[in-house]
Amino acid sequence: MTDSKHLSRRDFLKFTTGAIGGAITISVALPTIGYLLDPALRKQGGEGWITIGKLDEIPIGTPYPFSFTRTKVNGWERTSSTYGGFVLRRSEDPNDLFILSSRCTHLSCRVNWNEEAQAYICPCHDAKFSKEGEVLDGPPPRPLDRYDEFEIDEEGNLRIFFREG
Amino acid sequence: MWQKIYQWLDERLGLQDLYKSFLDRPEPKGNWWNTLGSASLFLFLLQGATGIFLTIYYTPSPDHAYDSITYIMNDVAFGWLIRGIHHWGATLMVLVVFIHMLRVFVTASYKYPRELTWIIGVGLLLLTLGMGFTGYLLPWNQRSYWATMVGTQIAGTAPLIGEFIKRTLRAGSDLSALTLQRFFSGHIWWLPLLLMLLIGVHIYLVVRHGESQFPGKDD
Repeated sequence: MTDSKHLSRRDFLKFTTGAIGGAITISVALPTIGYLLDPALRKQGGEGWITIGKLDEIPIGTPYPFSFTRTKVNGWERTSSTYGGFVLRRSEDPNDLFILSSRCTHLSCRVNWNEEAQAYICPCHDAKFSKEGEVLDGPPPRPLDRYDEFEIDEEGNLRIFFREG
Repeated sequence: MWQKIYQWLDERLGLQDLYKSFLDRPEPKGNWWNTLGSASLFLFLLQGATGIFLTIYYTPSPDHAYDSITYIMNDVAFGWLIRGIHHWGATLMVLVVFIHMLRVFVTASYKYPRELTWIIGVGLLLLTLGMGFTGYLLPWNQRSYWATMVGTQIAGTAPLIGEFIKRTLRAGSDLSALTLQRFFSGHIWWLPLLLMLLIGVHIYLVVRHGESQFPGKDD
């Protein structure tokens, strides 16, 4: 482009080729980032309300076991996981509930209620939890997880809100 | 500063010489038909790039191949775009490579000293068709299944070695998981590697001999 103010034919072609090529490259390259990150940014859901059963049929004072299954979709694959827990009614008051996950906080084995010991006992490493989930004995680092969000619907069913993790 | 870095690199790599011999080499008076080789190369690179992206999600197994492609098309962000480019780019590449061959034939560019460039070019055409043939099976839908059934059956009609070729392509007597797996392997490893190798030699020969003058009235 020496001294002339005019753009030479060669420079004009160079510039337009570069600009159009660049625009095409960017318009294809940017979507590829979305393509690569998509599954990582996706909300996998999994949470929701789960009906456990009629509140009237749950005894007062003894832990009442329940279990449910959730299906998760990863790409084109569906995985079902089973979860379990215990409902403890401490009094007649429908809101005086203690709902525990049966997953041991040590290594995720399923704990069972033992009537004689009056404790939840984990079959894997003999961990013991009290009726309200406190660690009594064994390796678990923290009490059993609680389902804090629950409600009684119009038909008298107890429902809990399930979250992942 | 960039100037200095560039000069340092140029002094050692000879970038200027590379540029001159590859992109700024003297050309006979040509026309758009002379760009088909570059177009084929571009399509090859495009197919390579989009293909690599597709392997992020594609699964070469009869249980998952179709589902994984449905997932790419319907769920992954811009999956339809990447596969669309790969799908149409494949058809376009066969077309462009074929027209490239026709151009070389019509302008008699295959003659001395460019016979080897032509022979390698024939290999490139066959490999491109091989890419099309192996890639067609990968979605594992009815169309690709039966197309491959027919294609391998045709290979089987060759005298004497036909049956052997058919069994080798199918990895047995039927189309199975093994067929899908070896078509996938061929599609992403063997054929592309061979293509790259031959493209390298092909381009080296083009640069070495320069492009041919189109024949005039006196030829």
